[in-house]
Amino acid sequence: MIEIALIGFGTVGRGFTRALIDNRDIIEKKIGKFRVTAICDSKSSITGDFKIDDALKYKLEMGRLPETRNAEEIIELGDFDVLVETTPTDVFSGEPGLSYIKKALASGKDVITSNKGPLVVAYREIMMLAERHDARVGFEATVGGAMPVVKMIRDELAGNRIKRIRGILNGTTNYILSRMEKEKAPYPQILSEAQELGIAEADPSYDVEGVDAGAKLVILANSVFGINVKFDDVDIRGITRITPEAFEIAVEKGYTIRLIAEADENGNLDVSPRLVKLTNPLAVYGTLNAVLIETDLAGEVFVIGRGAGEKETASALISDLVDFYGNGSFH
Amino acid sequence: MRFTLIVELEDKPGQLLKVIEPISKIGGNVISVVHDRHKVSPLKRVPVEFVIDIDTDKVETLLNRIKESGVHIRSINEVRMLYTESFLLIGHIIHTDLSDTVNRIDETGFAEVVEIHITMPKVNEPSTAIVTISARGKEELSKAREILREICERKDILVIEPLNEESS
Repeated sequence: MIEIALIGFGTVGRGFTRALIDNRDIIEKKIGKFRVTAICDSKSSITGDFKIDDALKYKLEMGRLPETRNAEEIIELGDFDVLVETTPTDVFSGEPGLSYIKKALASGKDVITSNKGPLVVAYREIMMLAERHDARVGFEATVGGAMPVVKMIRDELAGNRIKRIRGILNGTTNYILSRMEKEKAPYPQILSEAQELGIAEADPSYDVEGVDAGAKLVILANSVFGINVKFDDVDIRGITRITPEAFEIAVEKGYTIRLIAEADENGNLDVSPRLVKLTNPLAVYGTLNAVLIETDLAGEVFVIGRGAGEKETASALISDLVDFYGNGSFH
Repeated sequence: MRFTLIVELEDKPGQLLKVIEPISKIGGNVISVVHDRHKVSPLKRVPVEFVIDIDTDKVETLLNRIKESGVHIRSINEVRMLYTESFLLIGHIIHTDLSDTVNRIDETGFAEVVEIHITMPKVNEPSTAIVTISARGKEELSKAREILREICERKDILVIEPLNEESS
């Protein structure tokens, strides 16, 4: 029996629990029986014997959970095998997720997170802590949502030298740029359209200034190249200054413009709008994410998928769960 | 500039010097010399191909010196700028002195701006331009790219660079 404690019960956390309910049979075929032993949001919690479904209903009706134990207490109690951490991202402090993750790892618990902040701030520290306490850290959900990247490079491309990674790691900006290309409309107009559709947030700066893509790039580069780079090492330029005329001229020449995150084995990290040939696989449309991996043996490998969304993120979290506890013979 | 010069030399000692000496005196650089003995002309002259690097304004003087020494020049042609890349610039391109930006690239001698197309939607609003730069080699192109980046950073112009499709 795998016991799961969930910290963070917002969109991602709830999406994860719904996926556990909906796909329980499929997941149990891979990892055997599992149980959620605790769920905790920023002000309340539920522990002991409860049904995931009831916790979801309670949260939706009451806006909170029935108990008052906080995340620290739940981690201290240690009534779980794996901590699934889905609290909001702060790429500058890493908190509150960073403290939770360190606390769980220090007591030898495995951790799966969708939260970029802790890994951007303290990737090396987290990995060393995990190693010291014989615990594991799953973070597929932090980069590219449902698009398999982290484990694909680690497992399927194992034995390759990875030379360079380039990709679209932010669906919001890709949506805005795709629409600007098609409509030849100015940036502010397309931005408000994206906000109305819920694709861009009320304060879009995190996405459009390239912060989100930069954070993901840091995690990916550290994990793939085994280096120790920080957010400040990324050269970042956002998309806010791009004009509709830029698309007119670019398309005339056979290009479009996309926000490309690029990292190479020498530790050069860059997020900036780039001219991308319309025939290049990275010229994707809508909220998609895509990554082109350049390797020495396999050549170029291209991955495309949905970068965000409740179900998509749940898919990535569960893939880490199966990676940790899946029995090879079930595959 | 870099150019290829094909001369016809008599097949006797000291002829090569008639070409090499003026090049070195005027301050040029010989990149390569190909001596093709299999293509001797009916007048028993041997064609020799030089690739020369020299300031553009000194080329004429050099050619005159060579002719004066009695060497027959068969042909001359400039080496083409082989590597080309286009960049999008967004910002106050005209107000920040476009000709200065172009000059800075052109005066390198190894790269030049071969095309500019500017769109200015409204007065005082940022304009958008596509600038195409040609350079003699890959390294030269990357140097030109650095210069463009540096100028545009100073002038607060956004540069959108192409995604290089060659593998790293």
